[in-house]
Amino acid sequence: MLQYTIRRLLAILVTLLVIATLTFVLMHCIPGGPFASEKELPPPILQNINARYHLDWPLWKQYFDYLAHLARWDLGPSFKYESMTVNDIINNGFPVSATLGGIALGIAVIFGITAGIIASMNQYKWQDNLVMFLATIGFSVPSFILASLFIFVFSYKLGWLPAALWGSPQQVIMPALALSALPTAFIARMVRSTMLEVLAQDYIRTAWAKGLSGGLVVYRHALKNALLPVFSYLGPLTAQILTGSFVVERIFAIPGMGRHFVTSIANRDYTTIMGVTIFYSIILLLANFLVDIAYAYLDPRIKVAGGKE
Amino acid sequence: MGKKSLTLLIGILLAAALTLAGCGGGGGSEEKQQGVPGTGGMAAEQVLTYNNGTEPETLDPAKMTGIPEGTVAYALFDGLTRMTAKGLEPAIAKSWDVSEDGLTYTFHLRDAKWSNGDPVTAHDFEFAWKRALDPDTLSEYAYQLYYIKNGQAFNEGKITDPNQVGVKALDEKTLEVTLEAPAPYFLSLTSFYTLFPLHRATVEAHPDDWANSPETLVCNGPFVLDKWEHQAKIELVKNKNYWDADSVKLDKVVLTMVEEESTYLTMWENGELDSIEQPPINDIPRLKQEGKLQIKPYLGVYYYIFNTKKEPFDDVRVRKALALAIDRQAIVEKITKRGEKPALAYVPYGIPDAEPGSDFREIGGDYFKDNDIETAKQLLADAGYPGGKGLPPITILYNTREDHKIIAEAVQEMWKKNLGIENVTLTNQEWQVYLDSRDEGNFHVARAGWIGDYFDPMTFLDMYVSTNLQNDGKWSNAEYDQLIAAAKSTGDQKARMEAMHKAEKILMDEMAIMPIYFYSHAVCEHEYVKDTYWNPLGPPDFKYAWIAKH
Repeated sequence: MLQYTIRRLLAILVTLLVIATLTFVLMHCIPGGPFASEKELPPPILQNINARYHLDWPLWKQYFDYLAHLARWDLGPSFKYESMTVNDIINNGFPVSATLGGIALGIAVIFGITAGIIASMNQYKWQDNLVMFLATIGFSVPSFILASLFIFVFSYKLGWLPAALWGSPQQVIMPALALSALPTAFIARMVRSTMLEVLAQDYIRTAWAKGLSGGLVVYRHALKNALLPVFSYLGPLTAQILTGSFVVERIFAIPGMGRHFVTSIANRDYTTIMGVTIFYSIILLLANFLVDIAYAYLDPRIKVAGGKE
Repeated sequence: MGKKSLTLLIGILLAAALTLAGCGGGGGSEEKQQGVPGTGGMAAEQVLTYNNGTEPETLDPAKMTGIPEGTVAYALFDGLTRMTAKGLEPAIAKSWDVSEDGLTYTFHLRDAKWSNGDPVTAHDFEFAWKRALDPDTLSEYAYQLYYIKNGQAFNEGKITDPNQVGVKALDEKTLEVTLEAPAPYFLSLTSFYTLFPLHRATVEAHPDDWANSPETLVCNGPFVLDKWEHQAKIELVKNKNYWDADSVKLDKVVLTMVEEESTYLTMWENGELDSIEQPPINDIPRLKQEGKLQIKPYLGVYYYIFNTKKEPFDDVRVRKALALAIDRQAIVEKITKRGEKPALAYVPYGIPDAEPGSDFREIGGDYFKDNDIETAKQLLADAGYPGGKGLPPITILYNTREDHKIIAEAVQEMWKKNLGIENVTLTNQEWQVYLDSRDEGNFHVARAGWIGDYFDPMTFLDMYVSTNLQNDGKWSNAEYDQLIAAAKSTGDQKARMEAMHKAEKILMDEMAIMPIYFYSHAVCEHEYVKDTYWNPLGPPDFKYAWIAKH
């Protein structure tokens, strides 16, 4: 197990290096630069700026310089926001995005699993139809429409909730719901289908035959197996939802880090592009790693290669 | 712009022009603000919430370039002068003298204090201006100080001795500025943020991050920085040490950073915000109908550039035909809808001419007729493309945005319907790619916009000099270049304006660019918000703003 862990961590480091390299190359391939604007800068001023940020160095030199700083987790200054370093952007934005994402994730897991179980226990009855109807909506309506709809109904028409900004519990409700709609729907559908599969298995029939109560059958026998696929989906979902969503953060004016994935590219804010990409990759790779480790304990069929029998 | 606000604007500019005329000692500051009722009409809570749109890139006035930054800068700082609804007011300078040749300005400073209690001195201006020009400061707007003697040379590293730069504190309260060439609009430039003074000790102690936190941001304006929650909001509170604190009625200004248009409109309609600008275009007709929309002047022009180095746009007849076949009235009425004016010339309304109270645009008038299809057809036929036949394919380039797209589609349709040109295609590119294409000359016709930096036609006209970096269409005309050079070399307003009118006529006769409309500022402000000044250069100023009982 230890050997496996070390190997996986090394693989993560290699993957990160590949990601950093690809991002660096791609970002320098697109036209434009961090200091291009409609009001063009006089060349001497532009030269000074490029010299300060080492943008006049050959690319390979910039690349190795960047890696050297990256190794110390020094992500450099933001080219766009003078008042912040990329470390500041992540340190300020990630806790906000993670709080919102954590709540949305909680909603998705609790409601998704519950709804999936209810639907599977009542296949083709109205409960099942209702859950599947809601899931289809959650699945197909984009979050920006949901978000705008929430604002229209709960802020504009009813006046119950503040339309945007961050800081009070009321300001969390709408963005958390908008953010959780898709994963809730996804989890509900997944749980329903795996539950139906498991419920048709012989050992479940045996459990029923033994005269166990419905709750016990579901809880002790069916659910554990039915949740395994959900668990593997949680890895990427966690990484994605904790690092924030561009759309939801923009619409609700939430000071998270999700927006930087998009705006940094539009601004050609090189250091921010690199910083948020690498940060996201780390979270994603770690989340997947943890899920894999946990899997080995949860699913007796899975044996870690190289692990002891 | 309504007739009333136009008259008002002309009044403002008249006042500005008068101060420009150099009759020093114009200390109008003792005059108290008019129109502020006694405490009876004022709400108990003087807090104003304005959506400033986005996170400011920096709060260091020497380094800022944008409108959200400007809004904060005008709240935190006071320059030698201040642009207000009544015109250019003396601010830290209580009076000034201008030499006969228009090259030397001597400013006499009033007793004013920094937010930490230190006196504001002429040395603070000298320090701040030299710092902005210092190549190491990396100020993108340093060229706002190129009017000062040796300013450009110092910024470009051609001279290294800052003492050769034409700004000098003669004593604590006297600042002498020497210009490179006469520039009658220099006085209004002293109200611009790049020329704000800085508290030397603080800036020297924290050269890179003094403007990042309330602890180190020492300022001299109506408000001080209280809180900066990045990407969420900035809170400013009244500056007790401000020299004109009596005029400041607001105790607190909250600047939010909501980017999504429909969200901030909802917040405004809910009362979560007191003031917003640029409501979503789809809501404009409704807001107009409900009387919630205010249109303020904005010094900007929306236009298309022709690439004059590419066929068939090297032919002035083709350029003219394309420009004349556009129905601008329809574009501003049916598409943009924010009270814009059709542009039948290049320089927008709102810039003073030589005569006091006159407007450069009104004196210049229109240079062509809107929607002049007959002439357009004739010109296209003369150029050898009757009915659009034989014309090579034309691509309209714009940066990806819904409003640019709709306008481009309308232009495409008008060229087709009015001139019979069939093969017009549209290309949209992401902002930076689009800028790159424009720079490299990879376009036929490209959308463009320009907002003035100061109240003079030169801020628009010198862009089309052959050697100017902004001249992406590579249009070149020796007579035009000469006229602009002539206007830049004299302080005689009459001669300058005459040269610039002539230059603009050439630009339009040659149709180097195709003006479409003059911008406007669409603003939604609740009725209880009074006396916000909407500067036609962009950022609003809350110095005199107050909240009425409601």
